[in-house]
Amino acid sequence: MKLLYEKSHPGRRAGRPPRLDLPVPELPNELRRAEPPRLPELAEPDLVRHFTELSRRNFGIDTGFYPLGSCTMKHNPRVNERLAALPGFRDLHPHQDPAGAQGALGLCWELQEVLSEITGLDAVSLQPAAGSQGELTGLMVMRAYFADKGEGEQRRKIVVADTAHGTNPASVTMAGYELTPVKTDPRGNIDVEDLREKVDEHTAGLMLTNPSTLGLFDEHIAEVAAIFHDVGALMYYDGANLNAVCGISRPGDMGFDIVHINLHKTFSQPHGGGGPGGGPIAVASRLEPFLPVPAIVRDGEGYGFDYDRPKSIGKVRGFIGPFGVFVRSLAFIRAYGPQLRKMSEAAVLNANYLLARLRDAYELPFDRLCMHEFVLSARPLKREHGVTALDVAKRLMDYGFHPPTIYFPLLVPEALMIEPTETEAKETLDEFADAMLAIAHEAAEEPELLKSAPHGRAVGRLDEVKAVKKAVVRYLFDEHPDLSTEGESRSETAVVEAPKGA
Amino acid sequence: MSYLALTDADREAMLETIGVSSVEELFADLPGGVRLGRELELPPALTEQELTAYFEALAAKNAHVGTELSFLGAGMYDHYVPAIVDAVLQRGELLTAYTPYQPELSQGVLQAIFEYQTAICELTGMDVSNASGYDGTTVAADACFVAKYATGRSKVVVTEATNPQVRQVVKTYAPGFGLEVVEVPHRGGATDPEELGEAAADAACVIFQQPNFFGVLEPAPDLAAAANEAEALAVAHVDPISLGLLEAPGNYGCAIAIGEGQGAGNYLSYGGPHYGFIAARNDFIRRMPGRIVGETTDAPGERGYVLTLQTREQHIRREKATSNITTNQTLLALAGLVYLSWLGPEGLKEVGEACIALAAHAKERLGRELVFADKTTFKEFVVRVGRPAQEVVREARARGVHPGYVLGRDYSGMDDVLLVALTERRTPEEIDRLARTLDEVGA
Repeated sequence: MKLLYEKSHPGRRAGRPPRLDLPVPELPNELRRAEPPRLPELAEPDLVRHFTELSRRNFGIDTGFYPLGSCTMKHNPRVNERLAALPGFRDLHPHQDPAGAQGALGLCWELQEVLSEITGLDAVSLQPAAGSQGELTGLMVMRAYFADKGEGEQRRKIVVADTAHGTNPASVTMAGYELTPVKTDPRGNIDVEDLREKVDEHTAGLMLTNPSTLGLFDEHIAEVAAIFHDVGALMYYDGANLNAVCGISRPGDMGFDIVHINLHKTFSQPHGGGGPGGGPIAVASRLEPFLPVPAIVRDGEGYGFDYDRPKSIGKVRGFIGPFGVFVRSLAFIRAYGPQLRKMSEAAVLNANYLLARLRDAYELPFDRLCMHEFVLSARPLKREHGVTALDVAKRLMDYGFHPPTIYFPLLVPEALMIEPTETEAKETLDEFADAMLAIAHEAAEEPELLKSAPHGRAVGRLDEVKAVKKAVVRYLFDEHPDLSTEGESRSETAVVEAPKGA
Repeated sequence: MSYLALTDADREAMLETIGVSSVEELFADLPGGVRLGRELELPPALTEQELTAYFEALAAKNAHVGTELSFLGAGMYDHYVPAIVDAVLQRGELLTAYTPYQPELSQGVLQAIFEYQTAICELTGMDVSNASGYDGTTVAADACFVAKYATGRSKVVVTEATNPQVRQVVKTYAPGFGLEVVEVPHRGGATDPEELGEAAADAACVIFQQPNFFGVLEPAPDLAAAANEAEALAVAHVDPISLGLLEAPGNYGCAIAIGEGQGAGNYLSYGGPHYGFIAARNDFIRRMPGRIVGETTDAPGERGYVLTLQTREQHIRREKATSNITTNQTLLALAGLVYLSWLGPEGLKEVGEACIALAAHAKERLGRELVFADKTTFKEFVVRVGRPAQEVVREARARGVHPGYVLGRDYSGMDDVLLVALTERRTPEEIDRLARTLDEVGA
C-alpha cells in the first residue's frame, strides 16, 4: 500500500481556513521558512480512503478476540466515546476559570473518590499520563517522602521482582534509584528468603504487580509487606493487573502504600493503537503532601485547585492529566456501581476456563489456579518439533485471533501470556481454545504451517532485523531506499524474542 | 449495567470444566486478611441512558469555547478540528487496537505512525521522530534525558519565556536524572542570546520556546548558535501551527525539536489526552525515548512496517532503557497526521497567516498598551489591562467573554496583564466584542 506522500500531488488539497479580509504582517526574513514542509497533498475523498484502508489493515478488539496478556484488552463501551465528546468536556479549555469548569472538576473529584475506594488508599492524583508515568511519579513521591524524613541519602534501593514489567526497572533508573532484583519461588510467589537478605535500612521500597505477570496472587503478600514496613520502607503496587481483584481485594488492604491504576486497562479507555492511557496514583495519607500539584479539592459545594502544597514533587504532566480518559473511566465504573466485583470475577473465571482447556497441550510452569491471566510455555513444541512461541502466535492469526503476549515474563521460556478479560463470551473462549489445541497438533504434524504463518494477511512475516540494521524511520522522498532489493537479514534472537505485549 | 457476556448456564459449565464448584473457589489463593469482605461503596449502577443523563448534566456545568467567547491560549489552542479527524479516530480497528507488537495484524497503525513520524520530521527539519510522547511538557524532560547521555553533562538551561508548565515538569524530573536546572530570564519579552550563551557553558542542553510563552518570536537562530557555541544541545519547543511559516528548528542548528501537538488536530478536552512530539537529528536516534516505527520487508519482499530499534526500550533493556514509556499517545498523534494531511503545506501556512493577521488586528483594535510592544509576535500577545487581571477575567466572563490568560499566575509583576490568543476560529467581529467587553469592565 502506498504512503500518503506517494499519493500526493502538488497543488491538491482538502481543508482550508476561512478567508479573512485582513493584511498578513510580514515575518522577519531570518525567521521565515525557506522551504515548505513536504506534507501530503491530497483531496479529502482520497484521504478518507487512505485512512479507511489503513484501518482495514489493522486488528482491534472490535475486530476480534485480543488476549494480549497484561494489557487487559476488554470491550470499550461506545457510550463512553459519546460522553467524552460532549462539547462541555471536549471543548473545555484547561485554563478556564475553575468557576466555569465545575462539572469537569466535580467529575475528577468523583473519580478520585471512586479510585480511593477501589484501591483502599486515602488520596489520589489523576495527573500521570500512563501506567509507566504513574510508576515514576510514585517513586518520586517515595523519594520526596524519605528526603523529608532525612533518609533520602540512606535509602537508595528499590526491590523489583524478576517477573516485573520492563517499565518497573526503567522507572527505577529514571527516578535516580538503584535496582535490586528479587527471585520468584517455585509456586510463582516472590521468594521470601531471597527478599529477607536484600531488604534493609538502605531499601526505599518494593515494586510489585499482584497478581503478578504470571497471573498468580502472591500467597505471602502480608509477610512481604511486613518485611518492608519493618525496616521503614514503602510498598508500591503496579496496577497493571488490577482487573483481577476489583471489589475482592484492595492494594491498600494488602499493605501497599502507593498504587498506580491503568485507566486504559482496568477501566476501559480504548487503547488507540498504543495510547492514550491514564495512570493515576493513590497513596496512603502520610504520602499525600508529596503528590503532584495542583490537587483537586472540594471547597464547600464547589471544586477548585490547590497549588499550596510545599512538599509536592511538582508537576509530572501538563494541567490535571488526560481528562478525556477520566470521562470514559468514570462512566465505565458508574455503569457497574457496587457490583464492580462481578467484572473481576468474570475475568478470573474466563481465564481459568481457558487455562483448564489448554493446560494439557502446553506446558504450565506453575500449576495453580490463575487469576485474570495465565502463562503457558511452548517449550515442549520447540523441543520436540522446532516450533516457537512466535510461530504459535503467527499461526493464531490464521484462525482470526490476535496472539497473546509472548516471550514475557522473561523467566518462562517460550512464554505465551493469555488474558481473555471479562467481556468475552464462552463461545469465543471455546473457539480460541480449539484453535490453540489445533495448533499444538499442527506443530507435531505440519510444523511448516506454523513457521510460514501468517497466511493471507496484508503482509507476511516481517524482517525485524533488517529494520534495525537499516533504520529507515521516515519517508525520504526522492532519496527513499528500496529495501526489497536487500536480502533477508539473519535472525537475531534479541530482536525476534523480544517481549511482544504486556 | 455491565458489559459481561456470560450466562448462568455458561458459568456452571465453565466451573465444571475447571473442576471447582464456585467462582469463590477461584480466589482460594487470597489470604483471608487481604479480602475486602464487603461490597464496594460506590454509587448505584447506571444504565446507558442514565449514564448519558448524568454526564450531560456535568458537561452542562462547564463554560466551553462554544458557549463562551474565548481568547485563552497559553499552550492549548482552540484551532479548528475537521470532521475527518473524528471519522478516522472512531474506526474501531484503529481505536481499539493496542501497541502494534504483532506487525502482520497492525500494518494500519504502523504505517500511520511512519507517516506521522515523516510529517513531524518535515515540520521540524529533523531525521527521526518517535511515535509520540505524553504531551508538550514531558517531551522536554525526555529531551533532557537524551542530552544528558549524549553530552555527559549534568546541567540543563531553560529560558524563563518557556511555558511555565514545561519548566515545572523539567524541574520535577531533573533530580532523578541527576540534573540541575538553570533558568535564563527574558529581557523585555525575549531571550538575550549572549546571556543564554553564558548560561549554556557546561550545559547538556538549552531549551527555548518559539514562539515563546508571551507569543513573542525569539531570535531562535541566535539562541541555537549560542547553545552550539557552548557545545550544549539546542532544543526548540515549537508550535506545529507556526511551522508552515516559521523556519524549521533543524534548519537553524537545533539538535532536538519538541512540542505540544494539541493545536494540530486535537480537541482542548480540558488539557488532555493530547500528544507531545520529539524529533532529533540522526546522531541521537539510538538515544530516543519510546516507540519508533521503521520500514522493512516480508519474506516475498513486500514493504511493511515494524516497531524498531527496540533495544533502546524498557521491555528489552529494562533498567538501562532510554525511557520507561510504553503506552504513548498514538491515537492523538494519528489525529495530528490526519489534520496535517487535510491541511497540506498550503493549508498549514494559511492557518498560520490567519492567526497572525487576526492577532495583529486585535492588537490594533484593542488599542491598549502592549507589554512587549517592540517585539514581533505570532498568535498571542501580552496586553496591559490596568487592573488586577483576575478581576477583569471574572467580570468579562459574566459578559460571556473569556479575555485571556492571567500571566501574573506565573510571572511576578504581571498582575495587570493578559495573554491574549487568536486562532483562525476567531473573527474580526469577535475581536470587536472583546474590545467592547474590556471597555465595559473598565479595564
